[in-house]
Amino acid sequence: MAPLDAPSAGLELLAQETAPVPTFSTGRARRRIRWWRGVVLVLTAAYFLIPIYAGLRFSFQGVDGHYSLSTLKELPKAQGFTAALWLSTRLAIATVLVAVFLMVPTTIYVHLRLPRLRRMMDVITVLPIVIPPIVLIAGVLAVAPLWLKASPYLLSLMYVILAMPFIYRSLDAGLLAIDLKTLSEASRSLGGRWYSTMLRVVLPNIRPALVSAAVLTLAMVFGEYTMASLDLWTTVPVWIVQFNGAANGHIQIAAAMAGLVVTWVVLTVIVSLDRSGRRRARG
Amino acid sequence: MDTLEATAPTPDAAASGVGAVASIETRRPWWRRAAPAAGVAPFLLYATLGIGIPTLGVLYYAFRGNNGGWTTANVAAVVHGIYLIGFENSLKLALLTSIIPGILGVFVAYAIHTSRSQWLRRMTATASGVLANFGGVNLTFMFVATLGSTGVLTLWLAAVHVHLASLGFQLYTFSGVAVVYMYFQIPLMVLVITPALVGLRPSWREAAENMGASSWRYWRHVGIPVLMPSVLGGMLLLFGSAFAAYATAQSLTTGIIALSPIQIGNFINGNVFSNYQNIGYAIAFGMLVILAAVMILYNYVQRRASRWLH
Repeated sequence: MAPLDAPSAGLELLAQETAPVPTFSTGRARRRIRWWRGVVLVLTAAYFLIPIYAGLRFSFQGVDGHYSLSTLKELPKAQGFTAALWLSTRLAIATVLVAVFLMVPTTIYVHLRLPRLRRMMDVITVLPIVIPPIVLIAGVLAVAPLWLKASPYLLSLMYVILAMPFIYRSLDAGLLAIDLKTLSEASRSLGGRWYSTMLRVVLPNIRPALVSAAVLTLAMVFGEYTMASLDLWTTVPVWIVQFNGAANGHIQIAAAMAGLVVTWVVLTVIVSLDRSGRRRARG
Repeated sequence: MDTLEATAPTPDAAASGVGAVASIETRRPWWRRAAPAAGVAPFLLYATLGIGIPTLGVLYYAFRGNNGGWTTANVAAVVHGIYLIGFENSLKLALLTSIIPGILGVFVAYAIHTSRSQWLRRMTATASGVLANFGGVNLTFMFVATLGSTGVLTLWLAAVHVHLASLGFQLYTFSGVAVVYMYFQIPLMVLVITPALVGLRPSWREAAENMGASSWRYWRHVGIPVLMPSVLGGMLLLFGSAFAAYATAQSLTTGIIALSPIQIGNFINGNVFSNYQNIGYAIAFGMLVILAAVMILYNYVQRRASRWLH
């Protein structure tokens, strides 16, 4: 039930990316299906690549039609852009901090001491996917106290909720992959206190999961529009929509493409790192 | 197994300061036994404040009248007129952008899955993971550059005398929203269905071929029946995602299209004049009811899917 539209969602699917699959059986059938596979792949590639090409072309093309970097150079100077970028950055940092301090100890604690509660955690952390962000923010704005609504950081608190599904799944998978019990027992039998066990034994072992969860959260915050626009804070996506494109519509497209390209590159790196890490782990 | 681990004496229990010998455990008062649960209290509190209370708030206001007091007038009002049209449009859009990308997604996933090129498989897995997550404003403007009035594809087609506008296509209307949604729906379906395709064992196909079955008969009697629950489950997921989407539709149409999420947004922004002050919460309540039904169906279908595929 992922509200994929708020870029939060479906990210947990990314977190549990599928491993390389074994090849299929050979023979006559394979040859027969090859032509339609070609057609399907070419059409799909066209549908996915043409918009990327178009977006990039608009970003590198001035209003006069010549190719140059002028649009990208104008972007930082555009009215309100730096303020929006700064707000988004602060919100992103706050979101990651709150999310890490809330989710990491909870997930480790549940794994070590209360594995019975893992099912309950699964159910709770899937709720933000089932309930649309638009409904959540309607409820929040209806019940939140005024002092909280006056602060942009209300958004950060809600982004932690939106990020919960993929943060929890990422950490859960990371903790399942290590022998948490043996590690913590070993640490304690060597005289380690609980905090040194956590900081020097457990955390380094789940660092890949933690890093990918944090980066996915950052990407989500920088793309989130629904809650930010309805809470009336001009984050980067809200700025893109509100910017008066009459003078130079290319600026909006350039800003959108810059956001897309940065997140694509970062996520691609994470997914490939994750996969090569897993290959190494398998030996 | 899980329950055993939780109550059995464990050496690590001592470190967190809570005694944990099973025989003593049972004699302790309930508040001592519940003490370990205190570790998840901050999380539970956060989830209650961030998910539980807002959702209850929506339910509460959906049934509150203009001057306080309980009423069903709000909910009665949203099943009529423009709000009913909003639900109908949302359902239509969600059906359209779950069935078509659902089918296309299966074909794409199958084409990739059976491909011998390791590179192609890895690249599409990564690409669908990334693309499935990016709806919203950025996607909107990418499509403005593609299919807007001066978009690249619009101009290409105009050069060969195909005019999209005269064919009834407008990026800023229902048809445009549907085309844009597919950009994240197809990759999502590829992600969801690939594990099911992996579970489709080659030995089944070989067995069918050994018994003289044609490719068509294999699919008719083995492949499609085994995959069907997973495909339906994936489509339900896409349905929920399209039904709940707000950012893409709002930024593309600037809020003029009648979809339930956009009507809620207009209500929050105060762009709505209605006899019912709390009409927005009633629409949100309606969305929750529909999504709950989808979730129940999804759980049922998932149970069916796990019968053959793990």
